[in-house]
Amino acid sequence: MISQIRRMAVTAATTYLALTAFGVSAQPVKVGIVGPFSGPYSHYGSLFKNGAEAYIASQGGKLAGKEIELIYRDTGGPNPGQTKTLVQELIVKDKVDYLGGFVFTPNALAVAPLIQQSKTPTVIFNAATSAITDKSEFFLRTSYTLWQVTVPIAQWAAKNNIKKVVTAVTDYGPGIDAETAWKSEFTKQGGTTVESIRMPIATTDFAPFVQRIKASGAQAVYTFLPGGPPNLGFVKAYNENGLAKSGIQFLGTAETDEFDLQKFGDAALGLTTAFHYSAAHDSPENRTFIEALKKRDPNAIANYASVGAWDGMYVIHKMIEATGGQKDGQKALTAGRELQWESPRGPVRIDPKTRHIVQNVYLRNVERVGGVLVNKEVQSFGPQTDYGLDK
Amino acid sequence: MQLLANVLIDGLAYGMVLFIIAVGLSVTLGLMRFVNLAHGAFAMIGGYVAALLTREAQWSFWIALPVAIAATAATGALLEAFVLRHLYRRTELEQVLFTIGLSFFLIAGTNALAGPQVQLIVLPPLLAQSVDLGFRTLPAQRLFVIGTGLIVAAVAAWTVTRTRFGVWLRAAVDHPDTAATLGIPIRTVQCASFAAGAALAGLGGVLGAELMPLEPYYALKYLVLVLVVVAVGGMGSLPGSLLAAVTLGIVETASKYLASDWGSLFFFLAMAVLLAWRPNGLLQR
Repeated sequence: MISQIRRMAVTAATTYLALTAFGVSAQPVKVGIVGPFSGPYSHYGSLFKNGAEAYIASQGGKLAGKEIELIYRDTGGPNPGQTKTLVQELIVKDKVDYLGGFVFTPNALAVAPLIQQSKTPTVIFNAATSAITDKSEFFLRTSYTLWQVTVPIAQWAAKNNIKKVVTAVTDYGPGIDAETAWKSEFTKQGGTTVESIRMPIATTDFAPFVQRIKASGAQAVYTFLPGGPPNLGFVKAYNENGLAKSGIQFLGTAETDEFDLQKFGDAALGLTTAFHYSAAHDSPENRTFIEALKKRDPNAIANYASVGAWDGMYVIHKMIEATGGQKDGQKALTAGRELQWESPRGPVRIDPKTRHIVQNVYLRNVERVGGVLVNKEVQSFGPQTDYGLDK
Repeated sequence: MQLLANVLIDGLAYGMVLFIIAVGLSVTLGLMRFVNLAHGAFAMIGGYVAALLTREAQWSFWIALPVAIAATAATGALLEAFVLRHLYRRTELEQVLFTIGLSFFLIAGTNALAGPQVQLIVLPPLLAQSVDLGFRTLPAQRLFVIGTGLIVAAVAAWTVTRTRFGVWLRAAVDHPDTAATLGIPIRTVQCASFAAGAALAGLGGVLGAELMPLEPYYALKYLVLVLVVVAVGGMGSLPGSLLAAVTLGIVETASKYLASDWGSLFFFLAMAVLLAWRPNGLLQR
């Protein structure tokens, strides 16, 4: 009896060894996706998931002939400590070949030493602070930075006879980034920023700020707010307190993002923004992207986060191709930083020096097309680099 | 002068929204002495019902509003009758733990059913417009909230102090056993009062949604504000809550006009000073 068990164990062990020895080439490439999948920011998680999985499905389920295993890790909100632990686990225990995701800047910054040491190429799908890609040469980024989208709109405003502008930003990292970018470029173009209002992050009633904007005597307001409730609250207050009527132009970036857009209703009509992605971008690539998303989930939304994930998976795809699916961070990176392709947002490339995406930024107006609100691209500012890193 | 007028008008509007959201808690926590941290969740239920009815079912706001309030009241009454009544005689810590757990449950449930995005209530044209006050414009919705807040305050204060039901309620809270001996139907009184508190929460959820947008985390996000209003106003004092809400609303608005870099510092400073000055509530010595 005992010998029988032993024989079975030996057979099992040999089979296992044989399988692992010959199964190396069949092993999937592992990609860790780090983002908020629960809590108040969980919609980012689902945007990432839809974007990444839609890309893989659009390539027939395999990238460069390799099976892909996506391993999702949930950071909740901005939580650098926990993110670091999760990523360490992904690298050490799950032995991931690539990392992707990251909504919040502090989370991305926290993992820089880990990916540097383990040589894990990491594609940032969203986090938009310029300095991130400086922290490790293994960071690549397929989202945008506030400098990248703010500089062109400041130039546009100056050229269109807007001389006096008031800035109103939410008082936190990206908001201050946006304010600094605006002031620096607009002053260079000869404009005056008459007042810089910083709104506390917990603000729910925006009426006082809107009155201050009105009282400042500016021709336009440049604004940055986090998506969701603050965004909706501000735009509502902007309209209801008669700013639009008194001719103070709204200049923004991510405010009319597709995730919130329909909820504004008519309040959004005529809002002017400069941004790198509009779901209404007219190109075959964008139609393919949206079709692939809808096939995965009919309610999926095409916006900057899902296109960031889609393009992020493209970059990972090309890195897998370059390394033949082997784990070779350095080689993958060399390939990744040379990439140039047609993204759903338009022609893009990775800047070899900063490893940040170079992309067209478009001027858009919100219009109603066939019953739904869209960001209609009215002008392209051409390819823009990350001005925040050029300094 | 213009600035002062702006501060007062916006402060009053904001304070009234605070009051509308807090008045229900003033009933359950203040009058019934039940630590109901699920108050925000009741407000959320009211708001979501109104949002779904006006947006998905295309109901008129004026019909959706009472339906949403009734739905919240019914939810409150059912919960009270089957679950919460067992907590009245438990310690405050147990009430806190249970109701905060209930909030988490409702947050997760809302997230699963309606998704994480913000829900908007479709306002009728009458409320969606802006009103020109001569020197500035104000959303009509705010005027409606101010009016409703005053009516709610008056009716609730009158019910508690002048009607038989109010007498029963106060008796049932202070001495439930004695009250029962005297033939007061205390179970009915408790259940009805709790349902009324929930109904007011639902009203607050609907009317306050313009400033405090509805999303799954609504239940906890604005809870602190609501607790501050009830604490400063004094337990169970409805006029106190009204005064506290308007005072704090004006302080918060003034700080947004004059010193926004300080965030909500002055709001909480005002709370600390008012509590130190009148620990039992603004209108009680």
